[in-house]
Amino acid sequence: MHIFHNTNFDFLRWRWHAVILSWVVIIAGLIVGFTKGVPLGLEFAGGTAVIAQFDKTPTIDSVRRSLDRSFPSGGENVVVQSYGDPSQRQVMIRVPQVGTEGGAGLSATRSAVEAALRAGNLGNFAIVGSEIVSPTVGRDLSQKGLSAFVLSLLGILGYIAFRFEFSFAVGAVIATIHDILVTFALLAFFQYDLTLNVIAALLTVTGYSTNDTIVIFDRVRENLKAMRGKTLNEVVNISLNQTLGRTVITAGTALLSAVALFLFGGEVLRGFAFTMIVGIITGTYSSVFVAAAIVTFWNRKRRRPVAQPATSGDTEAGGKKQKRARAS
Amino acid sequence: MNKNLHWKIIISVAVLVIFATTGVYPMVATYFGLGLPDWLQEKQLKLGLDLKGGVHLVLRVQSETALQSETDTQAERTREALRTANVNTTGVMALGPTQFRVDGVPSEQDAAFRQATADAEANFDRGSRTNGAYTFTMKPNVQKAIQNESIVQARQTIERRVNDLGVAEPSIAQQGNGEQILVQLPGVTDVDRAKGIISSTGLLKLTLVEQGPFPTREAALQAFNNAVPPDLEILPGRTDTGAGGGVGSTVFYALKRAAAVSGRDLRGAQGSLDQFNRPAVSFTLRQDAAVRFGTFTQANIGKPMAIVLDDRVMSVATIQGRITDNGQITGISREEMADTVITLKSGALPAKMEYIQEQTIGPTLGADAIRAGVMASLVGLLLVVGFMLFYYKLSGVNAVVALVFNLVILLGLMAYIGAVMTLPGIAGFVLTMGIGVDSNVLIFERIKEELEHGRPVRTSLTAGFSRVFLTLLDTHISAAIAALFLMQFGTGPIRGFAYTLIIGLGSNLFTSTFVSRALFELVLGQRQVKTLSI
Repeated sequence: MHIFHNTNFDFLRWRWHAVILSWVVIIAGLIVGFTKGVPLGLEFAGGTAVIAQFDKTPTIDSVRRSLDRSFPSGGENVVVQSYGDPSQRQVMIRVPQVGTEGGAGLSATRSAVEAALRAGNLGNFAIVGSEIVSPTVGRDLSQKGLSAFVLSLLGILGYIAFRFEFSFAVGAVIATIHDILVTFALLAFFQYDLTLNVIAALLTVTGYSTNDTIVIFDRVRENLKAMRGKTLNEVVNISLNQTLGRTVITAGTALLSAVALFLFGGEVLRGFAFTMIVGIITGTYSSVFVAAAIVTFWNRKRRRPVAQPATSGDTEAGGKKQKRARAS
Repeated sequence: MNKNLHWKIIISVAVLVIFATTGVYPMVATYFGLGLPDWLQEKQLKLGLDLKGGVHLVLRVQSETALQSETDTQAERTREALRTANVNTTGVMALGPTQFRVDGVPSEQDAAFRQATADAEANFDRGSRTNGAYTFTMKPNVQKAIQNESIVQARQTIERRVNDLGVAEPSIAQQGNGEQILVQLPGVTDVDRAKGIISSTGLLKLTLVEQGPFPTREAALQAFNNAVPPDLEILPGRTDTGAGGGVGSTVFYALKRAAAVSGRDLRGAQGSLDQFNRPAVSFTLRQDAAVRFGTFTQANIGKPMAIVLDDRVMSVATIQGRITDNGQITGISREEMADTVITLKSGALPAKMEYIQEQTIGPTLGADAIRAGVMASLVGLLLVVGFMLFYYKLSGVNAVVALVFNLVILLGLMAYIGAVMTLPGIAGFVLTMGIGVDSNVLIFERIKEELEHGRPVRTSLTAGFSRVFLTLLDTHISAAIAALFLMQFGTGPIRGFAYTLIIGLGSNLFTSTFVSRALFELVLGQRQVKTLSI
């Protein structure tokens, strides 16, 4: 069976359209991010989350009312939402920082929420889980998260530069940055909480999105050696078409597992799975339209990058051929 | 069958059997209630707190408090040395966690001063003299050493306490920039009790009472015109109720900050009875501390001395004579006695601690998470297997066998190295299915391409595997680079995810090239094959 058999799309013709499309998505996400804000998960924002399991599921409104009545210091920013599978009758209450998290007062908010729920006559319930994070944690994490991104990008840049050549590495890394930005934009657009899991998924996308790029680059390198008469743009286009089938299939299988995770993995992993789904799709798109395009753009004056690893004889022959091609 | 293939098959099967035994069999056995030998039980894949339920605490070691106490102690010793050497000063006081100052040293006594403070210079740099004042600043390397030591000690102390609690398989680790200590107590759901036991600093101090008792903190502050000298601190305590017992009222004392003896000097502690037959805790000091304490008590006979535990004055007694290596904490209840013995014995925490994060996962939440994870894994497996069989037909079977190998090795290796399966780890497991078959796809597509160029089946297979191998190595290494930094970044659950990813990458490289190829060769055998179902 074959999909995309012997295709001959001129992908490079569409690169500027692709640039516009990417920027539209990224900017739209940024605008939403700035106007609505990027909701931070508990680990980053600090605060208290309590998950209560009730004997009889109360309405969200009634939970909110009893909180307003008995725990007014929580303020308007208290989030009340049903949690997990409805059959579990669980409600999550999230209170932003009230200033006492840390040291001895760390669990004061949890006790206050529990007392408020008891006072609210909502029936029997049990606190099945809770999480309290003091604000210092978030600051540490953001710093470490950011440095993890920068370092892994540098690591990938170095590795691809070592295995291929520098312009390829630049293409791969810019494509990856593109993927992170697009994924971020969509996270903001759909208002997913930025949690540790989401950051983990973003870092995974960082690693995964280079996969397709490497496969394509590998083919470009192989074809550069085999097709001496063709320009770089032609070689890249041919390579993209030759690898198109596997690029789409590999993304497809990865997508299958990410979708399974999104649908069945439960509440905690939903943001993670969403990030992976978006990351896989944009990672595939960027391998074709961003990474390859950047390599051609970078080498636009040279017609061909130095194919490597090449024996000295090869390079000489290639050089002569290039001169001749230019002269004619 | 040729000999080479023979070995490939043996290796593949051996690997499968080993990892199925360590990784998969224990899970199946536990699920169906089958017997499991002890050595396997120990190697069983461990579940993270987010799946098992329990308490997850993060404490920050306030290592600056360890510096402060070192500085206070040194200031006190210096004061003592200067007095012994008859050097006149107008005061010795701590300026901050790492600095103290000696004021009003007459210039003609400079030489004597330098001699008397030679001891302090082991750990402190003496600044140059300005207006008869000398500043001593703790050496940077000493600061670093004390801070590091305080964190390590805090971790060890918490370890001892948690072990005394009898929690099964607790995990205590330094994390973050090293100042944070992560405590995981599986199965424990009563956070407050656990927190109380872990964080009571158990900081013991024996120090002189300057003034007091005062009935209120305000009264104590007023005695110093609301400006408490820097070398003093006001701490609460209880009035001694004497033989009658009962609850004493809270009073406040003005105490010397610099302790004559601190928790670090303790050699042992045990429950005992005081002179009125009430519960008490007796403690003994280390030898070097005993010498120091002896000199200290000798010099301060007739003065009141307080025993301070966790910033609370436990008892005040007048120093009757030279005391060397033992003392007693009185005025406590029987329960307090037991707790105090545990905390003192486990060693005092060398610095104050604060909780910065706490998470409780009830057993139901953990069970829900596992159920969802298993469901997602099954659906993911079904989808991926379905697709591979549909698209690659019989070769798809090969990929599926390789995938099963991959997952078995992943679980087995995680169990073997003692990695912990967390909820994000399950996500990594599910992703490994979808991303893992990518390797097979790349190889199969290459084989197809070779076949289309009219090459025979066997040549195409060899070309497919050997040409794609380097590409796979590149993709796996760059994915591993990101996963390694993820491991640096993450704590607990995320680290579990990173482990899953990295191990999954490694085992995938093995199964998609080595195992899958051996399988192809085995099935094709020595027959002449014209077509390949791919």
